[in-house]
Amino acid sequence: MLLDVRDLKVSFDTPDGVVEAVRGLDLQLAAGEAVGIVGESGSGKSQSVLALMGLLADNARVTGSAKLQTGDGAVELIGARRRVLERIRGARIAMIFQDPMTTLNPHLRIATQMTEVLKRHRGLKGRAATTAAIEMLEAVRIPDASRRIRYYPHQFSGGMRQRVMIAMSLACEPDILVADEPTTALDVTVQADILDLMAELRTRTKTALLLITHDLGVVAGQTERVLVMRNGEVVERGPIDTLFAAPQHDYTQRLLAAVPRLETPRRADGGR
Amino acid sequence: MSSRADEIELSGAPEQGRSLFSDALLRLRANRAALASLGLLGFIVVAVVVGPWLSPHDYFTQNYGAIWVPPTTTESHWFGTDGLGRDLFVRALQGGRISLLIGLVATLVSLVIGVAYGATAGYAGGRVDGVMMRIVDILYAMPFLFFVILLMVFFGRNILLIFVAIGAINWLDMARIVRGQALALKQQPFIEAARMSGASPFAIVLRHIVPNLLGVVAVYITLTIPQVILFESFLSFLGLGVQEPATSWGALIKDGADEMGRAPWLLIVPAVFLAVTLFCFNFIGDGLRDALDPKDR
Repeated sequence: MLLDVRDLKVSFDTPDGVVEAVRGLDLQLAAGEAVGIVGESGSGKSQSVLALMGLLADNARVTGSAKLQTGDGAVELIGARRRVLERIRGARIAMIFQDPMTTLNPHLRIATQMTEVLKRHRGLKGRAATTAAIEMLEAVRIPDASRRIRYYPHQFSGGMRQRVMIAMSLACEPDILVADEPTTALDVTVQADILDLMAELRTRTKTALLLITHDLGVVAGQTERVLVMRNGEVVERGPIDTLFAAPQHDYTQRLLAAVPRLETPRRADGGR
Repeated sequence: MSSRADEIELSGAPEQGRSLFSDALLRLRANRAALASLGLLGFIVVAVVVGPWLSPHDYFTQNYGAIWVPPTTTESHWFGTDGLGRDLFVRALQGGRISLLIGLVATLVSLVIGVAYGATAGYAGGRVDGVMMRIVDILYAMPFLFFVILLMVFFGRNILLIFVAIGAINWLDMARIVRGQALALKQQPFIEAARMSGASPFAIVLRHIVPNLLGVVAVYITLTIPQVILFESFLSFLGLGVQEPATSWGALIKDGADEMGRAPWLLIVPAVFLAVTLFCFNFIGDGLRDALDPKDR
């Protein structure tokens, strides 16, 4: 098992008392496998992965266990020292965020940002790092990559920026790619491109995928297993086919019913 | 994206990427007041550096045969002389060297300390931030004029000390501004993305926070330099600044004010130099602030 999460709990100390964001998550991820986590806003899906990376806010309390299998044995992620996590982040577990417009540093060239990761984790230097970065950009089908690598983020469109993010996150060939709503901020036509690209690169690098989304359509196309989360708890889990064919939990049924279909007449409120 | 869209975009694409900062500089070029100020300031800097060599006089030689000479083209005393017969043209430019040098060096000192301190406090946040900013608050509460006077009394009046004293005052403002910016920047998704890619806190501050502060800092520098020059002038006016025969604009204005009735040029010349320089810096600062304002983009 590549990643083994047992009874993960996350709570936040706030002035209004303790808020329990995740109440016991179990998750197993094998190498190369694709698992989806679906749920509405505030269901704890993002907080769970941030907890694994040690990137929660200072007032967070995390309990439970999350073991990551690495070259030199299993590493416990929960409560790990900062330096240990820094070697894992970006190298073993990489992440793609929701909004590609804001996840790139506006004041640095794409080249600078991409080579930074390569220098840190793969020990590449100067020209070798740049060459590797250009290759990655070409892999995500950015035309004229050797010239565009010298551009700044604001010179790219949203879809292209997300492709740059994908290139950056897969640059160090991580074991796990965490995609937190990777297509939510993008146009529908671009969404499909991005998802296809992710799938294609993942099969090449044999990277496991943890896909967090509220979009059941995205989950259906990209993953093999799904966890449905609500109020910090997993209400249903299972292979994608059975879950879609015969949802057991009431909430899952309602989620599936909420997916807009072409054949049903549109509701007056637009029905997103 | 279709291949046609790519072609269209490529045909008009610039060869090099353009940063937000160079974008801002382009916008600054459209601002006439700032551009004129930049030109005028450049002229003053060149004059101050080269000027003294063009005159046959130097700034310290006294000439009792030519005291209180009003500005004239004869005898090459272009701006006149003072009560000791020293040439005001050379002295005004020599004073400009000192004033501008103090402005630059003290600002640089405050810049380095302030940015490092502020960015660290802002990014660290929490208790570290609290302690660091309370220290700033305490330092703010110190009566600095008094502090500077004490320093002068203990260590004698030397220029290096003036640099240090002024820089030590000004970094507090810089630290506060930078800290506020860093706090806001810290919430940006690209900082989280950087953390996610395994960057250490030190690398994040250095590579991601500080470059994003460039705009604010650039504006602040142009507003700090005149402030420092003014403060040095004030110290010199009180007699705490540079020592005779060396001089600065502030010291010249003080000497000129004493002889205002008899030789008004002794006051007018350095005052004009100082005022024009301060104007220029402020206009450039204003222009930079407008140019860097994201809302105008």
